[in-house]
Amino acid sequence: MKGFPKYYTLPQKLGLHGLRLSAWLALAFLMIPILVIIPLSFNAEPYFTFTEGMLALDPDAYSLKWYAQILADDKWILAIKNSFYIGILATLIATVLGTTAAVGLSNPVMPLQRIIMAILLSPMIVPLIITAAGMFFFYSQLNMAGSYLGVIIAHAALGTPFVIITVNAALAGFDYSLVRASMGLGARPLYTFIKVVMPLIRPGVISGALFAFITSFDEVVLILFLAGPEQRTIPRQMFSGLREQINPTILAVATLLIISSSLMLFTMEYLRARGERIRSGQL
Amino acid sequence: MPHTPLTSEEIREGRHKLRRKRRIAFLFVAPLLLFIFIAFIAPIGTMLYRSFYHPIVSQLIPQTIEKLSHWDETGSNRPPTDTVRTFTFELVGLAKERRSGKLAEEVNRFRPGTSSLIKSTARKLKRMQPAILEKKGNILSGIDPQWDEIQLWRAIKKSGVIVTDTFYLTALDLTRGASGEIQGRETKVYIKLYLKSLKIALYITLLTALIGFPLSYYLATAPTRIANILLVFVLLPFWTSLLVRTTAWIALLQTNGVVNSTLEFLHLIDQPIEMLYTQFSTIIAMTHILLPFMVLPLYSVMKGIDPSYLRAALSLGAKPLPAFIRIYLPMTTPGLAAGALLVFIISIGYYITPALVGGTEGQMISNIIAFHMQSSNNWELAAALGSLLLFLILVIYWIYDRMVGVSNIKFG
Repeated sequence: MKGFPKYYTLPQKLGLHGLRLSAWLALAFLMIPILVIIPLSFNAEPYFTFTEGMLALDPDAYSLKWYAQILADDKWILAIKNSFYIGILATLIATVLGTTAAVGLSNPVMPLQRIIMAILLSPMIVPLIITAAGMFFFYSQLNMAGSYLGVIIAHAALGTPFVIITVNAALAGFDYSLVRASMGLGARPLYTFIKVVMPLIRPGVISGALFAFITSFDEVVLILFLAGPEQRTIPRQMFSGLREQINPTILAVATLLIISSSLMLFTMEYLRARGERIRSGQL
Repeated sequence: MPHTPLTSEEIREGRHKLRRKRRIAFLFVAPLLLFIFIAFIAPIGTMLYRSFYHPIVSQLIPQTIEKLSHWDETGSNRPPTDTVRTFTFELVGLAKERRSGKLAEEVNRFRPGTSSLIKSTARKLKRMQPAILEKKGNILSGIDPQWDEIQLWRAIKKSGVIVTDTFYLTALDLTRGASGEIQGRETKVYIKLYLKSLKIALYITLLTALIGFPLSYYLATAPTRIANILLVFVLLPFWTSLLVRTTAWIALLQTNGVVNSTLEFLHLIDQPIEMLYTQFSTIIAMTHILLPFMVLPLYSVMKGIDPSYLRAALSLGAKPLPAFIRIYLPMTTPGLAAGALLVFIISIGYYITPALVGGTEGQMISNIIAFHMQSSNNWELAAALGSLLLFLILVIYWIYDRMVGVSNIKFG
């Protein structure tokens, strides 16, 4: 939008300048809070603010001690292990169930398609606090509160809608004559699924799995209600840290999470671009 | 080619094949459907059930509740001595099993202040000789004259009702009078909270629309290469953990935080402003967290709008602002509607951010649900409040469908 056409009137130019300014302000509003955390996590003092030494770029004002403290604290180590353990198992369940269901749902002969879709997507719409309350009542009747199994099932249920949506999108441009061709050439249904359908929808399945993993990895409301001290995850540990004693270790963890979410974002964008190329037949 | 009608044999075979295909499609969906029913629908059903089904008191003191059902609580007579004695024995039993506290807690919900009476009476009864207990007559009045009050027995009878609307009435700030008529409570706690949650959600929706609209427009009209880079700045916050973003706002807004220090450094203020733990901090942090949900659908709709429409309007003599409002804005409705619905529905049931940055002033309805689940242990009230919240969200969705049409919405 550089350089306006000559025939633009002054109010038009002002309007466009104003638009550009407000867009950049909005981007600053989105990014600054996240960027502020990163330098603060190297603070040598146990505060959440920039010290004078930090502003003067004094190397003594910076330290890595909060990062060292994460590794020294058994609670954080357990939380990191739990986050991956629960996240990976919940993702596996969500991806397997979600992908097969999406394949069935995309079939035009599927009965009651709309209603079933609404039911399967409902975990995404109901507020987490309500889901948490319901699961808490239900699990305490079954004596499953405070168990890994309970938390994993709960997170898997939250993750499935994302898998259904992404796999459905990947299947939207799917050419069913490929399946017929494969079967016509004598391949069995399972073989066809693995060798013909799967490679084409793989980007959708992987991005669905990533969504499901992020959902579990970032989830804290269900953990607050359903998990015991044994199942504390990273966000749960951050939550109690922010409530009880605010300490820059949380900022160090936050910085690590920002780095991992950046990696995740780039993976996701790569997959999306790849999926588009597959659909347009360039690969 | 001449049209030959299918034989009945062929029609039957066709139907048979279709049924088979349907069955196979359904078999693919069935495992997840079963899983969602067990892991999600059943828990939500349990919560709805818990909001009116309340068997605990009638399990603790079954005989008393049975006898009280014959007593007319609207009259001015106390329950018969026989009923009081049954209650005394059941209370002794509970005290020995250390479960009298549960009863005290339950009855206390129906008549505040009763908890200590039941607990102290249970303690005294436990220490009494069995011989004294066996004596005829009303022992309770001797322990505490409060046991002669009809109100107390009304509360006990009420707490023993198994299927009850009490929790819904409480959640709506209503109560039942002595003769059973529904009346409003003097202090409106929960209605106020629902209204406050709606108000906060509305502010957040308006703010995200106000900030998100120019940003999306800029992204949609910028050259693709630049737009793709700028889009990363929208997506990165979107992918960053919710707790990280909440932590960031704590670091920014606290008394000695980044914002206050900057303002003091610039000599704009002399004393730090208290910004954290207020409604303001809840709204600003949630606007930040939910802004991508507004920008992404808006951007994808704007991206599909042909700029020549606006150019055509301008070249036909329309002034820029009216042209924008009458030509461009209506075309963005699907995106704006999707963003607004997402932001509003997500924010109304939000828990984490208000709990961490909201203080007491910025609390929303979900925080009081969590409070009743975890601190006051009034699970039935939590269930009723949660059911009402769910109902509220369904109503919003329905109104929305009527006004905008959910199928008109584009989520990107």
